[in-house]
Amino acid sequence: MMNKQMDNVAADAGIRGGVHLSQRHDSAHKHVTGLAEYTDDIPEPAGTLHAYLGLSDRAHAEIVSIDFDAVRAAPGVVGVLTAADVPGSNDISPVGKHDDPLFAEGKVEFHGQQMFAVIAETRDQARRAAKLAKVEYRDLPFVTDVAEAVSADYPYVTDPLKLERGEVEPAMAAAPRRLKGAMRVGGQDHFYLEGHIAFAFPGEDDEVTVYSSTQHPSEVQHMVAHVLGVPSNAVTIIVRRMGGGFGGKETQPNIFASITALAAKKYHRAVKLRPDRDDDMVATGKRHDFLNEYEVGFDEDGRVLAVDGVFAARCGFSADLSGAVTDRALFHADNSYYYPAVRLVSRPMKTNTVSNTAFRGFGGPQGLIIAERIMEEIAYALGKDPLEVRRVNFYGDGERNVTPYHQTVTDCIIERVVDELVESADYQARRQAVLDWNAKGGVIRKGIAISTVKFGISFTATWYNQAGALVHVYSDGSVHLNHGGTEMGQGLFTKVAQVVADVFQIDLDRVKITATTTAKVPNTSATAASSGSDLNGMAAENAAQQIKDRLIDFAAEKYSVDREQVVFQPNAVLIGNRRVSFDDFIKEAYIARVHLSAAGFYKTPDIHWDRAAGKGRPFYYFAYGAACSEVSVDTLTGEYVVDRADVLHDVGRSLNPAVDKGQVEGAFVQGMGWLTTEELWWDDKGRLRTHAPSTYKIPLAGDRPAIFNVKLAEWSVNKEPTIRRSKAVGEPPFMLPISVLEALSMAVASVADYRECPRLDAPATPERVLKAIDRLGGREA
Amino acid sequence: MTAVRNEIRFLLNDREERLSAIRSSDNLLDHLRLSRRLRGTKEGCAEGDCGACTVLVGRRVGEGLVYEPVNACIRLMGSLDLTHVVTVEHLAGANGELHPVQQALVDHHGSQCGFCTPGFVMSLYGLWMRNSRPSVAEIEEALQGNLCRCTGYQPIIEAARSIEGSPAEDKLAAERADVLARLAAMDDGARVEIRTGEDEVIVPASVDDLAEVLASRPKATVVAGSTDVGLWITKLMRNISPAVFIAHLSGLKGVEVTPEGVTIGAGVSYDEFQSVLDAEFPHLSEYWRRIGGWQVRAMGTVGGNVANGSPIGDTPPALIALGATVTLRKGAERRTLPLEAYFIAYGKQDREPGEFVEALHVPKPAAGSLDAAYKVSKRREEDISAVACGFHVELDGNRVKVARLAYGGMAATPKRAAAAEAALIGRPWALDTVAAAEAAIVQDFQPLSDWRASAGYRARVAANLLRRFYLETAGETVRLVRETA
Repeated sequence: MMNKQMDNVAADAGIRGGVHLSQRHDSAHKHVTGLAEYTDDIPEPAGTLHAYLGLSDRAHAEIVSIDFDAVRAAPGVVGVLTAADVPGSNDISPVGKHDDPLFAEGKVEFHGQQMFAVIAETRDQARRAAKLAKVEYRDLPFVTDVAEAVSADYPYVTDPLKLERGEVEPAMAAAPRRLKGAMRVGGQDHFYLEGHIAFAFPGEDDEVTVYSSTQHPSEVQHMVAHVLGVPSNAVTIIVRRMGGGFGGKETQPNIFASITALAAKKYHRAVKLRPDRDDDMVATGKRHDFLNEYEVGFDEDGRVLAVDGVFAARCGFSADLSGAVTDRALFHADNSYYYPAVRLVSRPMKTNTVSNTAFRGFGGPQGLIIAERIMEEIAYALGKDPLEVRRVNFYGDGERNVTPYHQTVTDCIIERVVDELVESADYQARRQAVLDWNAKGGVIRKGIAISTVKFGISFTATWYNQAGALVHVYSDGSVHLNHGGTEMGQGLFTKVAQVVADVFQIDLDRVKITATTTAKVPNTSATAASSGSDLNGMAAENAAQQIKDRLIDFAAEKYSVDREQVVFQPNAVLIGNRRVSFDDFIKEAYIARVHLSAAGFYKTPDIHWDRAAGKGRPFYYFAYGAACSEVSVDTLTGEYVVDRADVLHDVGRSLNPAVDKGQVEGAFVQGMGWLTTEELWWDDKGRLRTHAPSTYKIPLAGDRPAIFNVKLAEWSVNKEPTIRRSKAVGEPPFMLPISVLEALSMAVASVADYRECPRLDAPATPERVLKAIDRLGGREA
Repeated sequence: MTAVRNEIRFLLNDREERLSAIRSSDNLLDHLRLSRRLRGTKEGCAEGDCGACTVLVGRRVGEGLVYEPVNACIRLMGSLDLTHVVTVEHLAGANGELHPVQQALVDHHGSQCGFCTPGFVMSLYGLWMRNSRPSVAEIEEALQGNLCRCTGYQPIIEAARSIEGSPAEDKLAAERADVLARLAAMDDGARVEIRTGEDEVIVPASVDDLAEVLASRPKATVVAGSTDVGLWITKLMRNISPAVFIAHLSGLKGVEVTPEGVTIGAGVSYDEFQSVLDAEFPHLSEYWRRIGGWQVRAMGTVGGNVANGSPIGDTPPALIALGATVTLRKGAERRTLPLEAYFIAYGKQDREPGEFVEALHVPKPAAGSLDAAYKVSKRREEDISAVACGFHVELDGNRVKVARLAYGGMAATPKRAAAAEAALIGRPWALDTVAAAEAAIVQDFQPLSDWRASAGYRARVAANLLRRFYLETAGETVRLVRETA
């Protein structure tokens, strides 16, 4: 059956775009030409209406009355939606706490809370009309800051968590050295370049279809169904791609999708809702900021003996995902370091601010940063190189390897990662050069620091660790791939397609990547927790493998060979001595009535978590990394530049090194922004005043490290049988730039001859850096 | 009497546009996305800060055609008369083959979510046409107005370093003569007046015509680069009608260099002034490159930055320190006053209804004078100042003869530090003198606390910048330097 097509395929050439190869993003050519379609680019049917949010301008108040006369009279206005228009439940709490109204009823609990939506013929008309509502409020006392919330005895939005192992008090009392400290860790706006948007189309009976820029189509589906009071099978959510998500589009899209669905059903027209950037930033949740307090006991070698920590978070007015976020902060308060006795407690504080939500790292960074700070504190206290202190505290192999949540660390590679980084970054020589530079005095001071990352992979809500996929092989040999993961730029679709191409041994361009939709794969988990490739890659492989197994059965039977003699070669199948092109083989299989479609499924094995006991194995494995950053600081103004950063990061056996390296670089710069220039600033009326790029400053090209060496630990192989032994990459590298913060700290500390840990809070804006310099006694004139 | 036409005319990629129904507040991005359904250009912020909507706008300069990167979200339709608007859709070849700029971004993994990418493509295209072998620093400068949240920029920089092909053989070069001819054919020398109900758009034919237009509409909004006025519309939803668009007026674009100083027309953009400034006022060279991003510097005008009267405008402190004057015109009458006198109070300038800023004159510093300008902001580039300052000191021997210390961000207007200046005059240019001046600054300003900086930080930095100035004149290393690989 050799045909002409086969002559072009060299038997020994691999497929184009298989696993472990750098492969460009599947949409790259569409990104650069502007042809990649985002939700706002979908052609609108005639008669499309536009919704706009009416937001509160009080931080905490009773709503006495709202007069919509002027709104309704405004040009183009079709109607106004309030809580009274919700046929189902006026609640979009993602965790079933009923504390997250779609439209505020009776009271508002933060400045910028949605109270109503205006529906009009154009977006401009809806937006203008939304400003015309006359709202009468009765003001109530409010609290915006987490420290104020603690002292005002504000309630928790969700149950706190305690992790405890060993006897903390006696260990602390017996420790030769002790110190106490506190650190404020700022929040962060996601600043996805594509803001929130939803576009709903009414269907027959109770049906509605919503195009939503969401990382969690299944949840949006469920929320829309609850709001409309219809079963989930009436609601279809579709997302081809997002213009960035970073966690901001996990629960927050519920607002926009629900309102458009409500309006679409009410007016029987397509309805779109896209808030202006400022409203997006005011009305949707962000990374939690934390006030962390710690006490540590240690010995003269810098070895930690006991840690006692309290982690208070500004959660905002409702729970949203704050429970899991504050839990994850505790799960990462050890980072790569073994604490012989430890107690960690979370305080998920209610505040009159927007309800904070998921953001890359999901609380992990805010906890992990304390482990790094503790290492720095000990080093300053003992006059040691902080790297030495880190090294004596690394998790051990076979001993000193149990986490505060009683999971044994069995895959720790941090020592090797750090050793290689110290070498490749020439850390020791450069640290000496920095010390020498600073010893000369002068306005410009330098700092250098190494920080590490150990990040736990799996949703701590164990049931989320499941995924589905749907693979069709059409009779011409082309493949249609669908899975529950969403594409937000991270290259998930490319990686999963590489896996499927590899299973069938066909070129990547034979695999069609399709939009995520609840109609094809049900009950999916959020594309979050770095889990996208791990879960969906396995589910897709499972689907492809099912089809492949059927094809092998078919070939073995038809050609009377053993199953082992049916081998998938690049774009061909070898059956005994016969070599057939993949496409011809599929045609044969179709004619022979082989089922060429399969639904795949995967659930992460071996994980369990008992929250009440604070014990279990919440994480399937850990991802590791380390970074070395050097900075220069202007001691007159607190301004700085990041001169160099070297990164060595562990992604196991990378499915796509180019994509993974892009994730590491991007996460580093985004994390740098979190720790340096990105500042959320509320005024005394509880208004967020940094709510657009003019006031909220994410890193620019000129802010990235001037020398930026990023390497993947190519030797690393996941000990667990994950998809092709790769590791998750989305979140772990976000914490690498803690090295930048601690390098800034070192430059600051130089003004007082490193006698004191400067305790630089984050974000270390130039103002905070200068304040720390002045606090330490300032630069000598 | 000037001829009047009731439509604006421009080229959008290959297509000729003649629009007679635009309103004063209509912006280019909505025109592209909503009217023309060209959806490659994205809206990220609607305030000219993220660059996702970057397009190129070509305009005739002398015999040539100059393309500049522009934020379409705040570029108003009234300002597009007789221009060539180029969007990302114009780049790919007839058979869909990628432009070298696009190909480089694909090859270097320069896109992740892709939403910012068309904007990056256009900024890099604009750079490549001017400089096809840019340094890393030049690339970073060209990208100051483009935000990416996914990549960390590294692959974008690498892409920009390896764009193949030659700008001379590029599509825009090939069609240049044709575009010039088409633009010339549209140009009838007429004033544009478009009325839609109450709304009025006026595009004067000349500076004299502008004077005439403003005489009859003294309350009109004068729109130059619209880098601030654009936000009045997109964020405050303010009505700016009647709006008079002036950025195209060649009569406001003059730059005259004499041994005594430089006179610049109010319509000269930051970008257009850069090369003159590099030569004549080199101490402002770096400072100037930190104003906005490239798009804002290409759109925004020095005259607009002054006329607008903002206390946090970047140009006034630097220009006041140099002793600049401003010339205002009303009808045929002109008056010239010291720039610092133009700023009366917050939101209040010495400009009468119907009057407009026509030119600025910046004297060359006396030989041997000490000059500097500094800007401190939360983010180093494309940020609004927490504190900005311009310093000018002339010495007689070692004694301070003249001192002009001008600050922005410290008061309701750009303002000189009178007490600090007094502490310098007549004293030796030495550390203790400067320390005394630093101490005196608290008498000069009562700055505000806001999201950019606290009052305490502003006061501290205002004093420390004076220290930096002194140390720099004494030869110390006081500047952060970014040395890229």
